[in-house]
Amino acid sequence: MTKKILIADDEQNIVISLEFLMKREGFIVCIANDGQEALDLVRSESPDLVLLDVMMPRKNGYEVCQEIRAEPALQGTRILMLTAKGRETEVTKGMAMGADAYMTKPFSTRELVSKVKFLLDIPA
Amino acid sequence: MSLKSRQALAILSACVLVVGVLAAAGITVWRDFSPYEREVLEPILNPRLGLLIMIGLVGAGAAAVMMKSFVQENLAAPAMLADELGLIVGTDPARRLKPTGSPELQRIAESVNLLADQRRSLQEDVEVRVREARLSVEEERNRLAALMSELNQSVVVCNLDGRILLYNNRARLQFKALSDAPTAAGGGEIIGLGRSIYMVFERNLIVHALESIQERIRRQSAQPVANFVTTTRAGQLLRVQMAPVLSAVEGETESTVSGFVLMLDNITRNFEAETKRDQMLHSLTEGSRSSLANLRAAAEMLEYPDLDTELKDRFLKVIRDEVQGMSSRLDETANTFADSLKTRWPLDEMLGADLVAAAQRRVEKKLGLPTKLEDVDPDVWVKVDSFSLLQAISYLASRLSDEFEVREVRFRLTSAGRLVHLDLIWSGQAMSTETVMSWELEPMAFAGESSPLTVRDVIARHDGEMWLQREKTQHRAFFRLLLPSATPQDQVDASAYLKQDSRPEYYDFDLFKQTEASHELDDRPLAELAFTVFDTETTGLNPSEGDEIIQIGATRIVNGKLLKSESFDQLVDPLRELPESSTKIHGITPEMLLGQPPMSKVLPAFHAFAEDTVLVAHNAAFDMRFLQLKEEGTGIRFAQPVLDTLLLSAVIHPSQESHRLEAICERMGVNIMGRHTAIGDAIVTGEVFLRMIPLLAEMGIRTLGEARRASEKTYYARVKY
Repeated sequence: MTKKILIADDEQNIVISLEFLMKREGFIVCIANDGQEALDLVRSESPDLVLLDVMMPRKNGYEVCQEIRAEPALQGTRILMLTAKGRETEVTKGMAMGADAYMTKPFSTRELVSKVKFLLDIPA
Repeated sequence: MSLKSRQALAILSACVLVVGVLAAAGITVWRDFSPYEREVLEPILNPRLGLLIMIGLVGAGAAAVMMKSFVQENLAAPAMLADELGLIVGTDPARRLKPTGSPELQRIAESVNLLADQRRSLQEDVEVRVREARLSVEEERNRLAALMSELNQSVVVCNLDGRILLYNNRARLQFKALSDAPTAAGGGEIIGLGRSIYMVFERNLIVHALESIQERIRRQSAQPVANFVTTTRAGQLLRVQMAPVLSAVEGETESTVSGFVLMLDNITRNFEAETKRDQMLHSLTEGSRSSLANLRAAAEMLEYPDLDTELKDRFLKVIRDEVQGMSSRLDETANTFADSLKTRWPLDEMLGADLVAAAQRRVEKKLGLPTKLEDVDPDVWVKVDSFSLLQAISYLASRLSDEFEVREVRFRLTSAGRLVHLDLIWSGQAMSTETVMSWELEPMAFAGESSPLTVRDVIARHDGEMWLQREKTQHRAFFRLLLPSATPQDQVDASAYLKQDSRPEYYDFDLFKQTEASHELDDRPLAELAFTVFDTETTGLNPSEGDEIIQIGATRIVNGKLLKSESFDQLVDPLRELPESSTKIHGITPEMLLGQPPMSKVLPAFHAFAEDTVLVAHNAAFDMRFLQLKEEGTGIRFAQPVLDTLLLSAVIHPSQESHRLEAICERMGVNIMGRHTAIGDAIVTGEVFLRMIPLLAEMGIRTLGEARRASEKTYYARVKY
């Protein structure tokens, strides 16, 4: 079954690349431009994995993460945080909020793909 | 028995003895005669009985005379000696005995005189030492106070009750800046000898810091100090370092804390700078991370061969956008945070003209090279490490003089936005760039001075630049030093120093001994209390009919000293017209009151100034009436005890008719100056009051309570205003 991925980031310049990348890897892709939209889409589209940016309007990534984890129906959703906040404290917070993995920008797209596949149990 | 009766008794006994012995001899001989002998002798002796008695009397008289001189020598003379000795011991150590009487007595007197001499010189020695010790203590205190006043850091010393014992000028200025009261008190309502530091800092903060110091002392920490940062009422950030004042207690090996020193630093500006640096770092890291992520992702996408043209263009556009965005962000950051990026070498802010003047002096003195000034901007402030910079300038001048026979250098100082141009100009040829380079890179050595630094090091220390520039038309050249400028400092400091003609009373260590008396003020000696001596000028004499205060002047007395430098002097807008007749008395015109704060503003400041002190005024009832009428409107009550010099004068000189301030001054020998300004009268009243304290003490009036009770009893106290 084709896995579905939600890209939640307010920066169009990264969304373009991520969308292309994920589609090219054969995923179904949907896109949210802020935290609230991301949460709504997680509920309506039930993606298998969310690429979640921390700094977003309306709701930040930590909040989104927390709310997803608070809803039993959404427990299967994998969360990969992608952020410019690279300090150890922030990584720790992201993991504590319930992220499955955390990548600090800038990252290698190759690594991102392998991480996504790892989280979704797809053999590389 | 008195000396006289002992003398009489001795003489009398001698007489009785002689007469007795003679009589006994006669009687014994008579008894020994045979009856025949008695018969023969009786007719011979009988007619001579008178003669016999006479002989007896003469003998008695002779004995009396001899005894008298003996008594004189052995009773009266030693007694007199003893009296004289008593005088030497008790009252007059300079007195000496006259060696009279028997040789033994004379020798005693001489020895006593020797002893007295020795005692005298010992006493004098002790006095000299005491005086010396006192002088050196005084000198040390003065030196400390002088040192403190020069310190660039604010220092306040308090006793354990938080009473201020010492503060320096810097602290005064800092508190002035923190004060939100009108100009009148100039921070004096916050900082002053004997005032409580708790006016500025929360008591708990100080108590906590003291506790942690005690704890450190207990653990025998090498540095028993505490630090804290606090905000003031005016929103400034102060960093405070507290160190204990330790005093050794007799009989105990450990010293105890008897007070504390606070060193204050206004870090509001530093904090702002830190915050700014933080922002910069943030924008450089996180801002760049996102952009780099976008760039990298797009670049990596471009590597896929199966990209269609449209997508390719989109990724290329992302790259162009991001590169452009990053460049402009970098520029912006560099500009905005230029100040924060400067090297951390501690630079002093100074007036540019001062720097140039110092450079001139140095070049002329060290190198004997004449200098001249060109355009020197008098308003420019620079941020420099003046020592190394002056070395660099002198070094450059010395090489010009040594290697290019330059006979005169000129200085020019111009402002260029955030930077300052300091030019070292000379006439004649310019050297090659290589030469300049070598000058810049060699350790500086000239006129016996040498430094491990190079000119380039010095310039780098200032985050500056230096280059050689030619002015071909004028046939001259100059070195231009680019230095950071500083925002002009307020000149308040300088004027504040100049204003004082004598060194003000900024310290009073005797307050160390004072402890917060748990007992009422009433039981405390007048000599120990803090007083606010004040006077007011008013529009008229009837506050109940709308007359108002137009001036308040006050000064403080702490520990028996009048602190003229801690004064309060403020005109007040009465918010009503000022009768011309009153101007004649106080010389205050309606124009002078324009723009002055109203009573509602001044009263809180005066209340703070007078806090924790006893109020003193001449004819205090009059001034207090004006203040009391304001209680309702302002909610400010002057609840502290009040003493009136008029009443006290009536206590001291009940028979005198006049107790006007002038009359009292004359009686007490106080010079009158500046009368009929509120502050002038307050100072005079303070002087008078200080002279009254010992006079009252002579009458047994020592405490505040006693002074108040005595005042109440005088006739004048019964007059109502």
